[in-house]
Amino acid sequence: MSFQDILFYIFSAILVVSALGVITVRNPVNSALLLVLAFVTCAGLWLLLEAEFLAIALVLVYVGAVMVLFLFVVMMLDINLDRLREGFWKWFPFGAVVALIMVAEMSMVLMGKYFGLEEMPVPRSQDADYSNTRELGRLIYTEYVYAFELAAVLLLVAMVAAIALTLRHREDKKSPNPSKQVKVRKEDRLRIVTMPAEKRE
Amino acid sequence: MNFIPPDFAPASSEIFMLIMVCVVMLADLTAGDNRRYVAYLLTQVTLLGCAVLTFVSFSTEVKQTFYGMYVDDAMADILKLMVYGTVSAVLVYSHSYISDRGLLKGEFFSLILFATLGMMVMISASHFLTLYIGLELLSLSLYALVALRRDSIVATEAAMKFFVLGALASGFLLYGMSMVYGATGTLHVSQLAQIIQSEASSKEVLVVGLVFIVAGISFKLSAAPFHMWAPDVYQGAPTAITLFIGSAPKFAAFGFVMRLLIEGLGEMVSDWQGMLVILAILSMAVGNIAAIAQTNIKRMLAYSTISHMGFLLLGFISADSNGYSSALFYVIAYVLMTLGTFAMIMLLCRSGFEAENINDFKGLSKRNSWYAFVTLLLMLSLAGIPPMIGFYAKFSVLQAVVNAGYIWLAVAAVLFSLIGAFYYLRIIKLMYFDEPENTEVLTPNNDVKILLSANGFAVLALGIFPQALMSLSLYAIQNSM
Repeated sequence: MSFQDILFYIFSAILVVSALGVITVRNPVNSALLLVLAFVTCAGLWLLLEAEFLAIALVLVYVGAVMVLFLFVVMMLDINLDRLREGFWKWFPFGAVVALIMVAEMSMVLMGKYFGLEEMPVPRSQDADYSNTRELGRLIYTEYVYAFELAAVLLLVAMVAAIALTLRHREDKKSPNPSKQVKVRKEDRLRIVTMPAEKRE
Repeated sequence: MNFIPPDFAPASSEIFMLIMVCVVMLADLTAGDNRRYVAYLLTQVTLLGCAVLTFVSFSTEVKQTFYGMYVDDAMADILKLMVYGTVSAVLVYSHSYISDRGLLKGEFFSLILFATLGMMVMISASHFLTLYIGLELLSLSLYALVALRRDSIVATEAAMKFFVLGALASGFLLYGMSMVYGATGTLHVSQLAQIIQSEASSKEVLVVGLVFIVAGISFKLSAAPFHMWAPDVYQGAPTAITLFIGSAPKFAAFGFVMRLLIEGLGEMVSDWQGMLVILAILSMAVGNIAAIAQTNIKRMLAYSTISHMGFLLLGFISADSNGYSSALFYVIAYVLMTLGTFAMIMLLCRSGFEAENINDFKGLSKRNSWYAFVTLLLMLSLAGIPPMIGFYAKFSVLQAVVNAGYIWLAVAAVLFSLIGAFYYLRIIKLMYFDEPENTEVLTPNNDVKILLSANGFAVLALGIFPQALMSLSLYAIQNSM
């Protein structure tokens, strides 16, 4: 067994255990942290597949940005665990039967002959000067440019929707309006009162 | 490294649409609160411009660009023109409704245009990636539109259900697509058909992928047993948004099924035919029987949609160009009827009052005999009674099913549509034989008045002379297969 195989089994074992943990632990914060662990080990697996850029992007984007934000949200929300678990045991038998059938069906197809090493041989490893970052960049801006641009539009939709759903114009807010402040004239603020001079006693 | 730039010309309408969405957003930002008419007019101009671009570049042959990710053919152009017309009509119908309820914001228009762009992408997609991104573009905009009325608890709940179930359906679809990719090694719709034909891929993996894809599609079509979201969303969303969800996306869904199941996985027809038979018969049963018990008109129409989707699936089951063109005819007829019906519901609404109960239709003929007559035409058409367009649509779909040899399925479909006739005729009874509960005079704007009358007339006229529309549908299918 080569060093790469050993690494693969270590990463896979951690990945499977942490993924199971995500859906079984009680505390949502632990669950989110386990998801971070799952992402990191997944990035390790991608490195073994020679997808270096994607592995680093996964750590930077998902672990570094998305999951940290997610953790903040989970910590700030007061999640009532008992209410979330309400009705779990009531529906458990039904859900378990459906899940078992699906797992059995999917493992019949996914395991064994259709996706074995004979059907899908190990890809040839690339030369040392091969850059998959360059390949990725080339593909995104040529062959996949249409889908890439559309994905950008999708993010724009998400932005518009998020602003539309959360922005509120409050009538009673006390924040200053800079453009009004700049336009202010002397007459608006200052009143010159002419008074007759009074004699000294 | 040599780079050949793709041909942008076939996608000119999509590019124009994207530019104009940004223009609408910026124009609305600068226009200020009291001039929302700017965004409305710009949106209509955008749809008109897209229609002109699509019409001018109407292609009689199949053109691919963007490295095989985008396809332009007669079916795509015809479906897109239908989508523009429908969205434009939706905006006319819902203008006064949304301005009464404070929803007349720039985001309303930009989200509707984004959704329209998503539909256009779906209709012209020839790659799994673009099919999926188009679908997400449409769905995300729809989720936001449903939730746009933030102070309404029902709308928020509906949006939540819509979002969670929609995400689940997308997951199903993606999983199925990944299976198909695993078996064939391609995501291009046209290459997929060739690879499956050459039998170089394992059939079992493909079938598992197909099951997930069909499940995902039926979620999006709201076909039973994946229909649970439809009644809640139809009821909870503001009526203008319900009208939008119930109309134009059906064209996109038709295009999606055509690209994915027929063009891509057409070689597996014997596998998906059986699945569609189950979906169709369940949809017709659930839709028609559950609708009888409803007292909320929007909920009733949601169940009616489910049953109509069952009929639509009948057209695909026959798996020949006659069947597909009758399915296209059915979609056009269905959208025409839905537009009119929801426009009538919005007509009965006032500011501060939602017409949601079927009792709101009571005595409509005494309040306004013309609109009662238009509703009569629409209800007869939905029930499938000659000489309305709904009858001919059902007739042609059933003919295709009988030709394919599924006579028992046609008999069942007729029986279910007989059951369904009850709840459409109940509305007619309420309108003509009951006393009105309020006697307020209906005062629609002139544009709504003209469009609604034209809509009712089209339902009647296209039912008497269906040949032109039928040959258009047949032309669309034959020139793109």
